[in-house]
Amino acid sequence: MPAAAKEPVQPILEVRDLRTHFDTDAGVVRAVDGVSFHVMPGETLGLVGESGSGKSVTALSIMRLLQDQSRIAGGSILFCGRDIVTMDAEQIRALRGDQMAMVFQDPMTSLNPVLRIARQLVETMVIHGRRDRNSALGHAVQLLGRMGITAPERAVDSYPHQFSGGMRQRVMLAMGFSNEPALLLADEPTTALDVTIQAQILDLLRELNTDFGAAVILISHDLGVIANVCSRVVVMYAGEVVEEGPTEALLSDPKHPYTWALLNAVPRLDRYIPGQRRLTTIEGMPPDSHQWPRGCRFAARCPFRVEACTEHPELLPVGPTRHSRCWVTQTGQSLPKPALPLVAPAAVKKVPAADREVMLEIKGLIKHFPVPKQNFFAPREAVHAVDGVDLIVRKGETVGLVGESGCGKSTLARLIVRIHEPDAGLIKFTGHDITHASAAEMRPLRRRIQMIFQDPYASLNPRMMVRDILAEPIRFHGLTDDEAGTQRRVEELLGLVGLSSTTAAKYPHEFSGGQRQRISIARALAVTPDLIVADEPISSLDVNIQAQIINLLIDLQERLHLTYLFIAHDLAVVRYISDRVVVLYLGKVMEIAPAEALFDRPLHPYTRSLISAVPIPDAAIERMRQRIHLQGEPPSALNPPSGCRFRTRCPMAAARCAAEEPVLHEYRPDHWAACHFTERV
Amino acid sequence: MSEASAPILDATPFEPRARTSGQRWRRRYGLAVIGAAIIVIWIVVALAAPLLAHYPPHAVDVTVRLLPPSAAHWLGTDPLGRDVYSRLLFGARVSLFAGITVVVLGAIFGTLLGGIAAYAGGRIEEGLMRFTDLMLCFPPIILAMAIAAAMGIGTINTMIAMLIVWWPKFARLARSLVLVQRSQEYVEAAHLIGYGPSRVLLKHILPNSIGPLIVLVTLDVGHAIIVFSGLSFLGLGVVPPTPEWGAMVSENRELVEQWWGATFPGLAILTVVMGFNFLGDGIRDWLDPRARRR
Repeated sequence: MPAAAKEPVQPILEVRDLRTHFDTDAGVVRAVDGVSFHVMPGETLGLVGESGSGKSVTALSIMRLLQDQSRIAGGSILFCGRDIVTMDAEQIRALRGDQMAMVFQDPMTSLNPVLRIARQLVETMVIHGRRDRNSALGHAVQLLGRMGITAPERAVDSYPHQFSGGMRQRVMLAMGFSNEPALLLADEPTTALDVTIQAQILDLLRELNTDFGAAVILISHDLGVIANVCSRVVVMYAGEVVEEGPTEALLSDPKHPYTWALLNAVPRLDRYIPGQRRLTTIEGMPPDSHQWPRGCRFAARCPFRVEACTEHPELLPVGPTRHSRCWVTQTGQSLPKPALPLVAPAAVKKVPAADREVMLEIKGLIKHFPVPKQNFFAPREAVHAVDGVDLIVRKGETVGLVGESGCGKSTLARLIVRIHEPDAGLIKFTGHDITHASAAEMRPLRRRIQMIFQDPYASLNPRMMVRDILAEPIRFHGLTDDEAGTQRRVEELLGLVGLSSTTAAKYPHEFSGGQRQRISIARALAVTPDLIVADEPISSLDVNIQAQIINLLIDLQERLHLTYLFIAHDLAVVRYISDRVVVLYLGKVMEIAPAEALFDRPLHPYTRSLISAVPIPDAAIERMRQRIHLQGEPPSALNPPSGCRFRTRCPMAAARCAAEEPVLHEYRPDHWAACHFTERV
Repeated sequence: MSEASAPILDATPFEPRARTSGQRWRRRYGLAVIGAAIIVIWIVVALAAPLLAHYPPHAVDVTVRLLPPSAAHWLGTDPLGRDVYSRLLFGARVSLFAGITVVVLGAIFGTLLGGIAAYAGGRIEEGLMRFTDLMLCFPPIILAMAIAAAMGIGTINTMIAMLIVWWPKFARLARSLVLVQRSQEYVEAAHLIGYGPSRVLLKHILPNSIGPLIVLVTLDVGHAIIVFSGLSFLGLGVVPPTPEWGAMVSENRELVEQWWGATFPGLAILTVVMGFNFLGDGIRDWLDPRARRR
């Protein structure tokens, strides 16, 4: 924190009893319903909550960027003592981008694609009369350099599409800081980015906070990110603040059951308990925003509820610096640690890995996607999506596949299920060579390999009822004798994934993201497959729903003896669910090892830096951790580096790495890595 | 909103904008219903023309030429003494038939071609879409004139000419819609069931692409009627004695004093085009879930 604290300090932003409402046909939605908090100058405040909790609407209210149907129905927002709520359009415009700035979640859409970076940065400064065009341009170059963009003189003349997501977020930060604002709002600024890039941006955000002294409100659903950056946290649920306090205390000793549930639903890299096969989840869903419950809004899902919870609790102090909206912890007591049954590792795990039947074998698999030529005479180029991958999946195990976006993990999944046609290599499924199997040859095998998709909003046909979505594969493969049998099987499948049979007659849009993912899982199970390829099945869900889906997947694996190939970018989840883990970088395997060995004793420098980039929701640990910072961005898959693909970002790269490509070698039993210098890690 | 001291959170001080479902429905689809009603009335009129007409449409009687609207001739008579009202009713048959047929056939052909192009990709797509572009190059009226000149003037020949220039826009729209759907995960899931390409295209992709196409169809029928009338007006559409709205406007356009000859067929064209436009707008709103929710 900057040591600019002079007594007495006035808060730079004070939100008092803010109420933001949406007018809809079904009535009024009280998206923000009596929210109060303050931000001191130079402070970093985290705003946490699941989707629909009102955290983004709060930020938009502060910036007065609300859409037409929404309005501020009550309360005040004091910025440096002036009420933003009552300002006219002219006054608020003078404030926005000058003293208050905002960085949005999606860096792909927050810059104007047809204007050069320079113009967008200069405009921000000139429009507020801070600088003339020439000095603004100089300042823009300087700022981009400060944001860690290489060759800023060239970068200002580029268009946004020439930058990656991480780079664009740096440009957005440069824009945000161009007028040295007193307050920066960052709405999920790293959610769309990879872990290594996220770590870079979070570091930058902390440095900027120190250097410029701007207060930062960081909105995130990820408690690890909050722990990494923020000194104080506000937790929101159902349009209200439910808990507020210093990050360290709040994360180590939550005083509201919702915070408690959020913390315990996330698998943690630093706290892996062998044999713990389930995550703590809370039941149900957030209440209906059209009509919040009368009593405590969390009561219906709360594992600690008491009789008093039928009455709405106020946000009251619990301890000197903390507030909580809960009757149970009013006395100052802490919430107990979750007690989860430790399950003895399933019998199948005891069989030595090498003795288990090989289900899927991949050798030297290659897939290149040709890109359109620049001009007629240009050489033909191709994206090297998967570039020589070897992999074995044995019966009954879960293999985790991790890597940054663009490393080829989704392409690999689609090669295995044969949506894509491989260019070269070998795919063998239970002894059958399916590398170039025709559609007809694949048809009987389709029953045995299924896939769960990433986006629950795109993976179900919006015009089909759930009943038909699930019955379709059953009918196609003739798995039941008659229509009645099909309907019975549909009900059975719904029960298997924890949905009631009344949902069969509904359409996908009537479900939440988590429920849709359950339907997607049920569809995959409809044909009783042996192998399920799961392509980031939880990455677009809220943490509590994530935990529910992970638990469901583990349940199903134990009951139905499934084999999983689980693709994710969240390393903590991969560690939690996988028996073995494969690390992919630019279409090549960097390391393969049992989960425990990979996370405890990684051999490859890339694996090490990935692990160290994962934020952990514990402020004390976050401060102590030694990080290996990866510089820059992954190189283009159009033209991958010679030798070792990772050498351009590797802290240990030497001349040999450029000349000679390291081969995947078994350094320890069942622990493979592709690096020349594994002994130095 | 004068509820300053309301601690009860379930009180409803902010409800004035909530509407009943009936009000909401009327506000959103009222115009569409009017449009549909206009179209239904015109279709009924076209079908029942022999019953509603007072005179045969071709009955020439020079003794009653150019009479203003009266009880005997509701909408007056034209230079040959034919009853404008009766000709208008029979004209509806030709105009509506031509407009609807051209657009529906064009839509079906264009959608299948564009859908197959987008779904197949590669060389097939390239070939089919370049052919489509070639067709788009022709100015529709000139092409229709050329075809009419080559094949002779007549309702069917004019419709064939229109069809040739009509389908490419549906092909282009269908292609872009199918391209969006093709990469959706539910389509991949359908492949994983084991479905072949035609089944995936017909059962999964096209039903999800059909919305904007239906909107274009309804908006386009009005356009097609105008073009058909325009061609008739230029003398390319129907063979002279046949009643057709555009041809009627054309025949009577120089009669400034006898305004009824051209005005009433013109109004008929106007109402039908408006009807289809209202309906098209309504269907567009209804098919767009975001607009529906609001």
